[in-house]
Amino acid sequence: MDLSPVLDGFGVVLEPTNLLYCLIGVVIGMLIGVLPGLGPAATIAILLPLTFGIEPVTAIIMLAGIFYGAQYGGTITSVLLRLPGEASSVVTVFDGHALARQGKAGTALGIAAIGSFVGGTVSIVALSIVAPVVAGFALDFGPPEYTALALLGILLVSTVSSGDRLKAVVAASIGLLLATVGRDGFTGAERFTFGSLDLADGLDFVPIAMGLFGLGEILHNLEERHRAVQAPAKVANVWPSRADLRRSSGAIGRGSVLGFLLGILPGGGATLSSLAAYALEKRRSKTPERFGRGAVEGVAAPETANNAAATSSFIPLLTLGIPANATMAVIFGALLIQGVTPGPQLVSEDPELFWGVVNSMYVGNILLLVMSIPLVGVFVRILRVRATVLAPITVLITLVGVYTVRNNVFDIVLVIAFGALGYLMKKLGFDPGPLVLAFVLGSLLEESLRRSLLLFGGDPTGFLTRPISGTLLALFLVVALLPLVRPLVRAALGRRRAPAPTDTHHPDHKELV
Amino acid sequence: MTSRRGGRPAVPGGATAAGDRPAAAVGPDEAAVPGTLHGLEEAVHELADEDRPPPAGPAANVVIALAVVALGAATVAGALGLDVGSPATPGAGTWPFLVGVVLVVLGLALVALARRTADAERFTGASWLVVAGLASMVVFVALIGVIGFEIPAALVVFVWLRFLGHEGWRLSVVTSLAVVAGFYLVFVAALSVPIPHLF
Repeated sequence: MDLSPVLDGFGVVLEPTNLLYCLIGVVIGMLIGVLPGLGPAATIAILLPLTFGIEPVTAIIMLAGIFYGAQYGGTITSVLLRLPGEASSVVTVFDGHALARQGKAGTALGIAAIGSFVGGTVSIVALSIVAPVVAGFALDFGPPEYTALALLGILLVSTVSSGDRLKAVVAASIGLLLATVGRDGFTGAERFTFGSLDLADGLDFVPIAMGLFGLGEILHNLEERHRAVQAPAKVANVWPSRADLRRSSGAIGRGSVLGFLLGILPGGGATLSSLAAYALEKRRSKTPERFGRGAVEGVAAPETANNAAATSSFIPLLTLGIPANATMAVIFGALLIQGVTPGPQLVSEDPELFWGVVNSMYVGNILLLVMSIPLVGVFVRILRVRATVLAPITVLITLVGVYTVRNNVFDIVLVIAFGALGYLMKKLGFDPGPLVLAFVLGSLLEESLRRSLLLFGGDPTGFLTRPISGTLLALFLVVALLPLVRPLVRAALGRRRAPAPTDTHHPDHKELV
Repeated sequence: MTSRRGGRPAVPGGATAAGDRPAAAVGPDEAAVPGTLHGLEEAVHELADEDRPPPAGPAANVVIALAVVALGAATVAGALGLDVGSPATPGAGTWPFLVGVVLVVLGLALVALARRTADAERFTGASWLVVAGLASMVVFVALIGVIGFEIPAALVVFVWLRFLGHEGWRLSVVTSLAVVAGFYLVFVAALSVPIPHLF
């Protein structure tokens, strides 16, 4: 492996501007991530306008910073208030909040920060080795392979989304449909524009992401009965003791590996890996009854795993151009707006950008570790501000922010419309994540499909005779048909219900975006 | 396949009762935290759904499913108005046509499974808060081109604080004015964003 582009990447990261933006990203990400109910996807979506008008590398470094910051911000609310800021920190609540009630909130936050740092760092090293290999493999992918890959990616993300899988696929289809609005790239025909000039260039990604994730989430939270949120526990002594560190070192090690592996899978991501890591630790533990009553491992494992997964979920995005989850879809959209098309050619054609972004993750993780511990006091103070006060401010940031992207009032109209849609979708059991992901991949999918059909002279069996696209489509069919087959299999086996530790292929976990 | 495994409890009483007590009093540590992935997912769902309204009935699920079918049908109709083409010569309408067909099929499957679905929430009195919130934003965008962003923005913040958040009058007035002043300083004075403004 040629190391010089990797080292050049460090040169890019260590430029003062980039360091500064990385710092700003991490801090803002933590600040917004602390707000209950707003997960990383919503946080990044709301902050997208900040990244325009800066250099692509810098912008992405900042976005990545916002991403880890938001991850850690969610942990803080989980531990102190028992209000997970995002789905990947929900398991942390069980032991984190128990620790806080025993007056050991500092320990929980400290161990979470250390675990996040280790998990993230292990994952970046593995990413640096794996990503160029995957990208090299994918270099000779043609339109048929991309068609199959995009279809499989969308389906996998839909099957692991929260709630009903059928509804998630409906959401994805609507995303594909929205992507067709505007002028057709091949024929120039206007599609679904209803004669509107504003729609002729197609729907912009920013108002869709900000509306569905940001406003939709805030509106959905309006209906929630306001809990009597008690004042957050006092946080003292953030440094975990030696005994705590020793006890959680195994959990951190296993969490790093598990998180890295699950993060690569489309749809896997941070939430699934945090659940799996917690389950693994409880299963391995000699004293499983401590879990739920304030076991440090119960905080260390999920927090390590979710950060490792968050990092490794960049692999499919940066090497294949296929985002693995809703948050990555938002980052994908941001890259496209910056004029960067993620894909296998990124490593070879734009090594400075690729390695700059990858190496900035080391810096981001160090900043996270350094900033999180002294800033805990600030976050606790933010948590004292009521959600009813923060919500209108976030709404206004969204409305004004979306305007600043293109200086266009129509974008404000769009963000409100998609906010309403996002609310309705969450209300009616449709996860907005697959919609955004499918919207982002929509034009790539349509274009590859049409090119493939031209390539095959109109014979769709051509997809199946190429080895890679054939394999991917076979996988697609397996994933699509599994839910239909499973009840039959289960009926055939009688109603014997085995414990399901490896039950990772149909989790309908909550992706609180 | 549509029954939600990790769904909220069928009887919503538990969820609403939880809201009245301090959150800490209903910690999951009183019951054992499950060790399997599946069990954990359910526990996670319950935690996330604690404060949510009850699920909607079967009639609502049928309406939702029919709306999906209608959207698919409209898409197919729209695609037919474009050039659907053939596999050998795909046109502008080919892809929308396929997506429309998929939506119709999925919608019909949702109709068939409507009785077994429990993941849509019922609309309650609190849903009017959302309508009011949306209305305040619509007023914002309608007025911004006419009188600039300051007054509509103050109105949005005020409505959200006073009527949606039930904050006091004084706090609502002071905060909304302060927020608009802050936005003015950041976006107009510092960043010179060309957003329509009065002053």
